[in-house]
Amino acid sequence: MSSVTGVSLADETPGPHGSAPLSGDGAGTGRLGDRLFGGAAKGAGIFVIALVTLVGVFLLWQAIPAIANDKASFLTSREWSVNDSNNLRFGIVELLWTTVTASAIAMLIAVPVGVAVALFITQYAPTWLSRPAASLIDLLAAVPSIVFGIWGLRTFGPVFEPVQNFLRDHLGWIPLFSDANISGGSTILFVGIVLAIMVLPIVTALSREVFAQTPITHREGALALGATKWEMIRISVLPFGKPGVISAAMLGLGRALGETIAVTIILSTLPDGAKWTFSLLNGGETFASRIANNAAEFDTPQKAGAFIAAGLVLFILTFVVNAIARIVIDRRKAFSE
Amino acid sequence: MAKRIDVSDLNVYYSAFKAVEGVTMTVEPRSVTAFIGPSGCGKSTFLRTLNRMHEVIPGGRVEGKVMLDDQDLYDSGVDPVAVRRTVGMVFQRPNPFPTMSIYDNVAAGLKLNGVKGKKRLDEVVEKSLQGANLWNEVKDRLSKPGAGLSGGQQQRLCIARAIAVEPQVLLMDEPCSALDPISTLAIEDLIGELKSKYTIVIVTHNMQQAARVSDRTAFFNLAATGKPGKLIEIDDTQRIFNNPGVKATEDYISGRFG
Repeated sequence: MSSVTGVSLADETPGPHGSAPLSGDGAGTGRLGDRLFGGAAKGAGIFVIALVTLVGVFLLWQAIPAIANDKASFLTSREWSVNDSNNLRFGIVELLWTTVTASAIAMLIAVPVGVAVALFITQYAPTWLSRPAASLIDLLAAVPSIVFGIWGLRTFGPVFEPVQNFLRDHLGWIPLFSDANISGGSTILFVGIVLAIMVLPIVTALSREVFAQTPITHREGALALGATKWEMIRISVLPFGKPGVISAAMLGLGRALGETIAVTIILSTLPDGAKWTFSLLNGGETFASRIANNAAEFDTPQKAGAFIAAGLVLFILTFVVNAIARIVIDRRKAFSE
Repeated sequence: MAKRIDVSDLNVYYSAFKAVEGVTMTVEPRSVTAFIGPSGCGKSTFLRTLNRMHEVIPGGRVEGKVMLDDQDLYDSGVDPVAVRRTVGMVFQRPNPFPTMSIYDNVAAGLKLNGVKGKKRLDEVVEKSLQGANLWNEVKDRLSKPGAGLSGGQQQRLCIARAIAVEPQVLLMDEPCSALDPISTLAIEDLIGELKSKYTIVIVTHNMQQAARVSDRTAFFNLAATGKPGKLIEIDDTQRIFNNPGVKATEDYISGRFG
């Protein structure tokens, strides 16, 4: 169950219990070809694991001295002054808030829309439309983030401004929409929406792939019971595609959490000492945009360490999110084979 | 509750290709009718027109009439979804919904019909599983996945799922072709019991099976690959196997064909 789709041929062909006859080393014949290929595959696997481990080690090794010298609380402080290496004061709570909320907004929009688009392409659209529509969406994934950034800043932002004003004027009593004096095209909410558009093709492409693989026997089983098209989708297509959709959402979330350049261009940074607010109509910085905005200043190890510490938190965040997704998928494993 | 099927002059198409031509037959209520014939002769295709599953395939369409008692299934005002709730179907490969428990598999059709209330659902699930001779084997693990059962049990689960909505007719498309002989026997026994309540139509490649379970047998054949399949004859199973009216039937049954 480690494939993106979460399914394999084994789903279709119920086999005997116990390990498959051709698994592990059991099928190895000891011939040269077997050993070469086996070695290459093993090497590739070890290489990837080593790479991730080394990234983690690098982040820890660079970040720990800075965190140890941090005079403020690393997890709860909003301060960020790293110029005086004898008085380092930095904390990530604001970065965490901005990163998580912007990504959450992106996922809230991109996952339902992406799933809907994927369902349309695989289940509803006629063949002459589904192929071009699918390639068009794949193309959207190839648009560089800098283009989304500029487009968001110059074109989409001004269009979005009235929507934001409406939210502020009518829903301002909800803390999430309270006024923060930031123009419409550079707030967390707006960045979340741009991120949603960037993530959408990832979610759509992967969901489309799994939905299209729904075995025809499952779909006909539902239809033969007298299910309407939507009921058929609900009974057979969506449950079948669920692990794939979760994987797709995680990949998308990974992109949203780490997206740098578009966020850096769009999001207004806040002045030092700006008042804390829960408003989505506020500016701010994500982990990635904070690092990018200050990339020119990594002159001392201590200073760089502070930023790398921020990167470490981002790394852990992505890790945790993926682990949760894996648990969610595995919990219902017995029901998906 | 079982109904009679009257088919007249039915042509079945895949886009421009005519797969089945000019079928006229009557299927009596509370009986088992078997369709036999070589692969590609259109018997499964024809079977799928009886609950409008044929049109699920892109390009699938039909000309002619299929009457269920006095209702034409292909009348413009008829909803195919309603037809499929009246005419149930069991497929060649057992296809329980893999994400659902045994209980939910059986209850799936009921829930589609808007049946609510745990008590009512419990009753029907038990009755259907008993009707499919599966209750004793699964009553202690109703919440386990349906896909964890053996092939034969899965197929009986699919039968339970189909009869849970109390259809008028039950169509079976080679229901035993993926099963071992013991499971096959269990399904055949079940068909014998079910025919007291349902009109059953079964497609089979197994001549002995047709002879064992059916009251009437229809023989389909095709002149050549690429030509449409045709109904050669339909008669009492006894007659088809002992004294068929057409030579082609006798040749096929006795293995002298081609």
